[in-house]
Amino acid sequence: MRRVGHELGDWVPAAVVAVLVLVGWQVAIDVFDIQKFLLPKPTEIASAFWGQRSELWPAGWYTFTEAFWGFVCGCGFGIASALVLARFRAVGSALMPYFIAASAVPIIAFAPIANAWFGIEKGSKIFIAGMLCFFPVLVNTLRGLTSVRPSQIELMRSYAAGNVAIFRRVRIPTALPYLFSSLKVASVLAMIGAIVGEYFGGSQQQLGILIKNSAALFQFETAWAAITVACLLGIAFYLLISLVEHVTMRWHPSARRAQT
Amino acid sequence: MTAHAAAVSIRQVSKTFGQGGTTALTGIDLEVQPGEFISLIGPSGCGKSTLLRVIGDLTEPTSGEALVGGKSAHQARLDRDYGMVFQEATLMDWRTIRKNVSLPLEMMGWDRVRRQERVRELLQLVELSGFEDHHPWQLSGGMQQRVAIARALSFSPSLMLMDEPFGALDEMTRDRMNIELLRIWEATRATVVFVTHSIAEAVFLSSRIVVMSARPGRVQRIVDVDLTYPRTNETREDPRFFELATEVRELLRESHGARETV
Repeated sequence: MRRVGHELGDWVPAAVVAVLVLVGWQVAIDVFDIQKFLLPKPTEIASAFWGQRSELWPAGWYTFTEAFWGFVCGCGFGIASALVLARFRAVGSALMPYFIAASAVPIIAFAPIANAWFGIEKGSKIFIAGMLCFFPVLVNTLRGLTSVRPSQIELMRSYAAGNVAIFRRVRIPTALPYLFSSLKVASVLAMIGAIVGEYFGGSQQQLGILIKNSAALFQFETAWAAITVACLLGIAFYLLISLVEHVTMRWHPSARRAQT
Repeated sequence: MTAHAAAVSIRQVSKTFGQGGTTALTGIDLEVQPGEFISLIGPSGCGKSTLLRVIGDLTEPTSGEALVGGKSAHQARLDRDYGMVFQEATLMDWRTIRKNVSLPLEMMGWDRVRRQERVRELLQLVELSGFEDHHPWQLSGGMQQRVAIARALSFSPSLMLMDEPFGALDEMTRDRMNIELLRIWEATRATVVFVTHSIAEAVFLSSRIVVMSARPGRVQRIVDVDLTYPRTNETREDPRFFELATEVRELLRESHGARETV
């Protein structure tokens, strides 16, 4: 069984596409005379990326730490709530409709108010990032914890296992694949939450402010370079979670290629 | 616990699901002696799986009681007096074969060295030595079911409860598994209560067959199987085997009318 993206050779077509897109982009801007405020050339972005690295990376790091702590708090509360709701099913049924409704609320709308609640510095951004992470992690983890096959519960009960043992040995392992897929989504949402939160104010040293101010000052290469930093950090965050998933779930059929 | 207690003793057990809902079992009486191989057979809806779960204290009877080795079924479950095998192997995907087999031992607090030793013995018994570090999804259905049997045997329970364990296997694998199960049964001397809806399987394996009828589930007749152990592939060609299979088939047909073929 060979899947796309597994062999080193499979990456060649993707790399070719990347080069073609970049070259096409560069050429198209000259050919169609596209204005810089619409889209700068890749080479201009690259030179801003390099020239302003001492400004970009600290800002990126600052934003990343906000996203990271938002992720930790949001996912932590999400997992803890899921454990409680799975343990006390009545509470779960009572609260679940509200959680589902709340997960549909555009959390970003709270960003300006979050500044008043948690201060204009890191606190408000961590709050927004955390809120964005909370619901998908809660809902997915809870689904994982409660989608255990009934025969596995019966099996455990035949060993005189109590609820705690069933939780530890069956429910939690069953929930792991669900948990990790939500953590990957949350890693992306945390970066989004942090950057959007920054658009609503804060000190100079963060990506959201840098992007907003550069765009306002017609420094579009800088804005695009900052966006590139945000992309790289976001992808790195996602890959980090995927790596943890891969290491934790070596047993999972999807983590391995067929072998018997 | 008395010395001569029956392995399983079921007294006037009835089971109704929901309030005024379907009656799964009504007035079941059954005594199983130690070392017996008993099959429960009947059409779907006759409550044979429910009866097995009553014995295992996985569901409570609405009235009546089940005793296991002279104790209440509940106490027997807490004392881990029986091993259970389901239709699906019910292995934990995240555990290796070794760790699946030793799961009950872990829960009973055996230390690692003893567990390893026991797993080695058991995998030898079910002829799966060398698969210790595999994961369940790397094994065929028949192999997975053998792991489940090894797991149920791991703590040497005196009673095995098996709920259509080979129901999902193809017929050739099933025949082979039947012979293996008898070999294991003879080696362990455990009492087996075996749910099936295959007549051939019931006759081949059992010392007695409990023929049940449906709606409401009750015991129709108990058939003594007078074929000698050890049974082999030749047993399946014995004229007596056919006679017994025919007897069971006719009992099932009687209970079920001509509505369904069995």
